[in-house]
Amino acid sequence: MNLLTVEALKVTIGSQPVVENVSFSLAPGEILGIVGESGSGKSMTALAIIGLLPEGACAEGAIEFDGRQILSMEESDLCDLRGDGIGMIFQEPMTALNPLMTIGDQVAETLMVHRRMRRGEALRIARDRLDRVGLTGDRFPLTLYPHELSGGQRQRVAIAMAIALRPRLLIADEPTTALDVTTQAGVLALLRDLARSEDMALILITHDLAVTAAMADRVAVMKDGIVVEDRPTEALFRAPAEGYTRALLHASLPRAPSAFPKYPPGVAAGDGGSAPATDAAGALLRVEHACRSYRLPRPRPFAPRPLRAAVDDVSFRLEAGESLGLVGPSGCGKSTLARAIVGLDRLDSGGITLAGTAVGPDMPAPARAAMQIVFQDPYGSFDPRQRVDTLIAEPFHLTGRPAGWRDRVGEALTDVGLSPGDGRRFIHEFSGGQRQRIAIARALITRPRLIVLDEAVSALDVRVRAQVLDLLERLQERHGLAYLFISHDLSVVGALTSRCLVMDAGRIVEDGPTARILTAPRHPATQRLVAATPKIPPGWLTPEENRR
Amino acid sequence: MRPTLLPGLILTAVALGAALLSFVWTPWDPGALAVTQKLQPPSAAHWFGTDHLGRDILSMLMTGARTSLSVALVAVGIGAGIGVPLGLAAAARRGGVVDGVIARLNDLIFAFPALVTAILFTASLGPSAMNAVLAIGIFNIPVFARVARAGALSLWTLDYIRAARVAGKGATRISAEHVLPNIASLLIVQATIQFSLGILAEAGLSYVGLGAQPPTPSWGRMLADAQTFVTLAPHVALFPGFAIVLTVLGLNLLGDGLRDALDPRLKGRLA
Amino acid sequence: MARYLLTRSLMLCLSLLAASLVVFLAIEVVPGDPASYMLGMNAAPDTVAALRDQLGLDEPLAWRYLHWVFGMMRGDFGVSYTYKVPVAGLIADRLALSLPLAGLALALSAALALPLGLIAAARRGKAADAAVMGVAQIGIALPNFWFAMLLVLLFALRWQMLPAGGFPGWSDPVAALRSLILPAVALALPQAAILARVLRSALIETMDQDYIRTARAKGLSRSQALTRHALRNALIPVLTILGMQCAFLIAGAIIIENVFYLPGLGRLIFQAITQRDLIVVESGVMLLVVTVILVSFVTDLAYALVDPRLRRRG
Repeated sequence: MNLLTVEALKVTIGSQPVVENVSFSLAPGEILGIVGESGSGKSMTALAIIGLLPEGACAEGAIEFDGRQILSMEESDLCDLRGDGIGMIFQEPMTALNPLMTIGDQVAETLMVHRRMRRGEALRIARDRLDRVGLTGDRFPLTLYPHELSGGQRQRVAIAMAIALRPRLLIADEPTTALDVTTQAGVLALLRDLARSEDMALILITHDLAVTAAMADRVAVMKDGIVVEDRPTEALFRAPAEGYTRALLHASLPRAPSAFPKYPPGVAAGDGGSAPATDAAGALLRVEHACRSYRLPRPRPFAPRPLRAAVDDVSFRLEAGESLGLVGPSGCGKSTLARAIVGLDRLDSGGITLAGTAVGPDMPAPARAAMQIVFQDPYGSFDPRQRVDTLIAEPFHLTGRPAGWRDRVGEALTDVGLSPGDGRRFIHEFSGGQRQRIAIARALITRPRLIVLDEAVSALDVRVRAQVLDLLERLQERHGLAYLFISHDLSVVGALTSRCLVMDAGRIVEDGPTARILTAPRHPATQRLVAATPKIPPGWLTPEENRR
Repeated sequence: MRPTLLPGLILTAVALGAALLSFVWTPWDPGALAVTQKLQPPSAAHWFGTDHLGRDILSMLMTGARTSLSVALVAVGIGAGIGVPLGLAAAARRGGVVDGVIARLNDLIFAFPALVTAILFTASLGPSAMNAVLAIGIFNIPVFARVARAGALSLWTLDYIRAARVAGKGATRISAEHVLPNIASLLIVQATIQFSLGILAEAGLSYVGLGAQPPTPSWGRMLADAQTFVTLAPHVALFPGFAIVLTVLGLNLLGDGLRDALDPRLKGRLA
Repeated sequence: MARYLLTRSLMLCLSLLAASLVVFLAIEVVPGDPASYMLGMNAAPDTVAALRDQLGLDEPLAWRYLHWVFGMMRGDFGVSYTYKVPVAGLIADRLALSLPLAGLALALSAALALPLGLIAAARRGKAADAAVMGVAQIGIALPNFWFAMLLVLLFALRWQMLPAGGFPGWSDPVAALRSLILPAVALALPQAAILARVLRSALIETMDQDYIRTARAKGLSRSQALTRHALRNALIPVLTILGMQCAFLIAGAIIIENVFYLPGLGRLIFQAITQRDLIVVESGVMLLVVTVILVSFVTDLAYALVDPRLRRRG
């Protein structure tokens, strides 16, 4: 008998359908992966199952859990079911916990609400559940507040809350999307282990096909509110039946690293600009003994403020036309380093030069124009009140607007696969992928030699991500650009770079060809990173797919 | 959304229209005394009746609107004109010395409610209508500074500000080009709120004699005069009060409506 | 927590110092010669000289300031020029009325606003919400002194339920309280309207937060989530407004005292202004400002009690 049966589920918000027609079933103890891009309706399906659809949303069809019809249940019965029969965890661990309540009380609350338990007894069980999710009493007393924990630890607290009463079904909605790969691996392993050892069914919702490969018994692929394919995991990966699944799988595979050097140093000078292409020794960007530390709050009144080294004696060079990866877990110092490289922040000591000119907040404007940056967030990267052509032309502030600046903007738009006419539109008229193209156009406008890509494709869906990566590769060939590609995700870096730096705790711990780092990492930090990256087992793929 | 914009606009337009009209026409001369006609109830000749000196209340209200609206408007101008640049500067140098100094300055001004400032001015400089303007205006400074700083701070974390910095733009230029246009709706809404609070404050100050001085007509002083006669002729107290309530209500409704209209994210919230 | 307390206390001292400097400069420097200001234009030169001597105006400015500040710390506020008695005693008498009035109004305002804001937020978009918010909208637009006049007109003059004004003193507590009811209501209602609106919007905003969804997924009902999780988080913006309201209540009380002819601090200051008794004005204003600053200090401490994140930081 099935634990959960969803039949012809349809969810509308106002008149807008967000889930068209979803049917699937789940056996007790089974792990189902639901994969889909943003807007595919996967989260709304999950919220419908637990009866927490947003106000104004309307669900039709049937959801049967443990013999009971959820869609026709009274609100008070739903309250009894939530947290007891079905538990749920969400994407954003930083905001998922009440900031004013201790973690012990938050876990105990589940028990007190459902079992009318006394606080003392509930706290005792809460202690046990927190131990179970890996937050042991010696380091994580019940009296901690959420702000004293990291993102991964908070997600573990959320899991402890959801499983406090050993529900028969746990729904995890993108539980690791906000975490970096090493933390993700730990949380995923915990979820899998809990499902197996407590005989708990698990619905794992994710945009990342590779995550489901190691986790799920079965995978359902969703697109535009419909389940397009629902099959056992291995079968689905070995022979996807639907075109959409194939496209998704295709985009999720690691891409072949580009061969280095594409352009011999010096030859690949950009197609404009008058500054020398490289410095005397032939390097475009040179980082030497860069150090930057932050002051932490005083531990006691009047005690000296301790320092934390965010960037600790980092040195490397980047050749003209090269693409270099910079990978590391969150908090390793790569963002601090990136800010210093584009001249937004100062270093405490050491130096950065771009084609021989010292980089910093006071560097001369023409020299600065040789370097641009593309940020992660396609939504926060543009002033919503300006037109696209004004936005793209902003870096001309460095060089002065040339007479034919509108033509240059049109050229840049064409370069990134948009049309020159798009310049008169506003940014909210574009999708996330198009916005990232516009960000690239803005970075190209001054004809720089170096573009820093700061997690530039991390926020995009896999298929769009693959298209943007292709675009970046074409642009590099056409304009002889050098890239510094910063990411927490090794597989993305592997797609575009030939050489790769691995950063950990402020230091560069490994430097070598990307292909070698991906296959034979030497430093323990790199090994952890590689091991944690979700992979589709090579045996499930065709030889052709494996060669990519 | 809640239909507050239209009634707000209408009430505000009536108050503003009455004030402007009073420059060219009032039913009676608001300063003309007619002791024989004192404390007349509303009639065809005097729609809102007459006060204890026989002056026409409607005419006084119309000219009084001039005082109330101009005091509150200038006070908003002072507050926004000084407060917004301070707030923008504080946000641009978050956590720096400038930010700290501005924060302390704001705290200091917040310790002096408009009434207290007006008392200080009046005690040391003598009574004048300027006292009310300055007192209310000074208290508006930290209000605007805080709103501007909070709005600007959330923008400074966005990537488009970083992109502008990579494009070589300085903090002043970024504040003017990118930050100010994007917090303008916040500031406009705050301005209507401070405008309505300014009218209330002006009325209170005039009522206790710290605002407009005779013979300048003012709603607050009309109420002070009316207090003695309220049992004999309640209308002398009712009409000026209604004028204040309706004007303030109109501005508040306008502010709520603007907030909803200008910022879809804030829909459904209040205060 | 200790560090938080320490930095806040330090800032409290700095604020008090800066505020006292402002008051001192406004009263003793801006008018030119306070003595001749106080005595008026026709004063005889030797009377002015005598007053200058009494006020210590021939001392250097810094010395006079320090003298004033340290005097206040000892409870010595100088001698009133009009009443010829120590200002401290005068003020203490008046505070016996003004403080209970402000306190009563604050309590009333909170007692009204908390349930109303909670109901409006819980019944968001329903009739109860619309009714509460409609009344609040009008309450905010009411000038409290005019509202006070209406209350007098109805409850004192027409229905004769409560006294129209004056204060019998605390020797008869019941009569004293009766005479404070109308002033307190007049002060409290407009403030309650503001507070209810702030509470409602803060609650609605917190109800949209992720941790409320988490709580609902644990099985809490909407009202349980509201009272167990949203209320405490919404308290933070409400505390800010409550702190600022104390300042407005103190200022408002001064105005309301005029409606009810109550012999409070406000009446004392206004009489002192007309009598040009700068010494009383100076001390009275300083007392008002100190109260406002102390209230905001207490508000800061209350934040730390509510929010564990603040206790760690400075």
